[in-house]
Amino acid sequence: MEQYYKPEHLPHFGQIGEGSPELAEKFFAYYGAVFADGALSVREKALIALAVAHTVQCPYCIDAYSKECLQQGSDLEQMTEAVHVATAIRGGASLIHGLQMLDHVKQVAM
Amino acid sequence: MVEVQSESVEELEGVEAGAKPTTSLYRRRSPLSSPQYQIERLAAVDLSHTPHQADFAKTLASQGIQTFRPARLENFQINVGKLCNMTCRHCHVDAGPDRVQENMDRATVDACLRALDQTEAHTVDLTGGAPELNPHFRYLVEECVARGKHVIDRCNLTVLLLPRMQDLPEWFAERGVEIICSLPHYRKFNTDAQRGDGTFEKSIEALRRLNAVGYGNGDPQRRLTLMSNPAGAFLAGNQAKMEQEWKAGLEKNHGVRFDRLIALNNMPISRFLEWLEQSGNLQRYMEVLVNAYNPATVAGLMCRNTLSVSWDGRLFDCDFNQMLDLECQLPGQRPHIRDFDPKLLAQREIVTGTHCFGCTAGAGSSCGGAIDA
Repeated sequence: MEQYYKPEHLPHFGQIGEGSPELAEKFFAYYGAVFADGALSVREKALIALAVAHTVQCPYCIDAYSKECLQQGSDLEQMTEAVHVATAIRGGASLIHGLQMLDHVKQVAM
Repeated sequence: MVEVQSESVEELEGVEAGAKPTTSLYRRRSPLSSPQYQIERLAAVDLSHTPHQADFAKTLASQGIQTFRPARLENFQINVGKLCNMTCRHCHVDAGPDRVQENMDRATVDACLRALDQTEAHTVDLTGGAPELNPHFRYLVEECVARGKHVIDRCNLTVLLLPRMQDLPEWFAERGVEIICSLPHYRKFNTDAQRGDGTFEKSIEALRRLNAVGYGNGDPQRRLTLMSNPAGAFLAGNQAKMEQEWKAGLEKNHGVRFDRLIALNNMPISRFLEWLEQSGNLQRYMEVLVNAYNPATVAGLMCRNTLSVSWDGRLFDCDFNQMLDLECQLPGQRPHIRDFDPKLLAQREIVTGTHCFGCTAGAGSSCGGAIDA
């Protein structure tokens, strides 16, 4: 294997069904239902997916949802704000743990 | 052919008259200004791995349409010329302020009206360029309104801010002309990316003026329609959903109202074709169009109920065929508006090509499109 990530994996995602067609079918049916228009619009869900894609740092997802967000009518400013939401939560998640550190320090330090 | 007066052309050249993020292919003497060369470039894209090898006729045949014929003629679309106060990057007409030659003259306008009288078309759809810049535009609108036709003006919005166009919104309102105006996005970012800096603010000002004379309030006599092309190599989104978001967004942020939104895909023609090539998107965009073919779109395609007349009076199945110089096919003659024969035209076969996939690529090719299910 020359490289771990290959762009052509994205359009061939369905091939994951080779090892277990039933599980793949269930997953893709679920996936489709999740992204259908519901209480949240398809555009809003695509922005959430874009933010999560940056949190899990999945290049496939970033590729798919950058295009999907544009197609659903979001612009670069809106998409960038979504990525900053992911960034803020990531950063905040580290920083809030600083209070655990603070507790430990207060307990053992003079 | 009508030469537009030189002082009015100078007025169009500046940025204050309308944004110009590029210049016309024609002005740059680009090979892509030739329709034949555009067709060659499209043919050079390897789509052999796509359904029916991206052969549009074969694709139609696969759903049982062996000969693709028009339905009843409803829309008489007249492209009055290529003159425009803007030079947008995605323009399929290659319009601009330098296109002073290709504008419909009075004799051809009158030939259009005589032809119109031989049809039952209920709508006259005026496009360009910026159609308002043609010296015979108001005459043509008056004559169509007098005939009881529903008239559509395909307006770039910014043209309404030119000093000599100040009275146009009210003039349109008095005649019940529907305004279909181009706005790629309800926010500034994508609008200015496609149509040039400052376009969004000018467009909002023009929309305010249209609202002020009664457009955009649900009155069928003052219908204000927005038309959105995606600002890039992706398909138009869900029209109904976008309309809701745009209505809320424009009202909240700018106090502007409109009646409906139409979302159209960009056609791989002229300056959009140039952009696709230069940005390295042509191959992928053509694949997207072909793979998103939606058979349900065929019955309602505009080429089936529309006739498209060019500034020089030639006849086409649609405005896109017009830009590619693909004339209506009639046995033994090149059809011209002077010799308009509705019976003969009704028997014609619609001319198609790879570009037609732009109109049949269905909305809703969502992220699922990336999944080889």
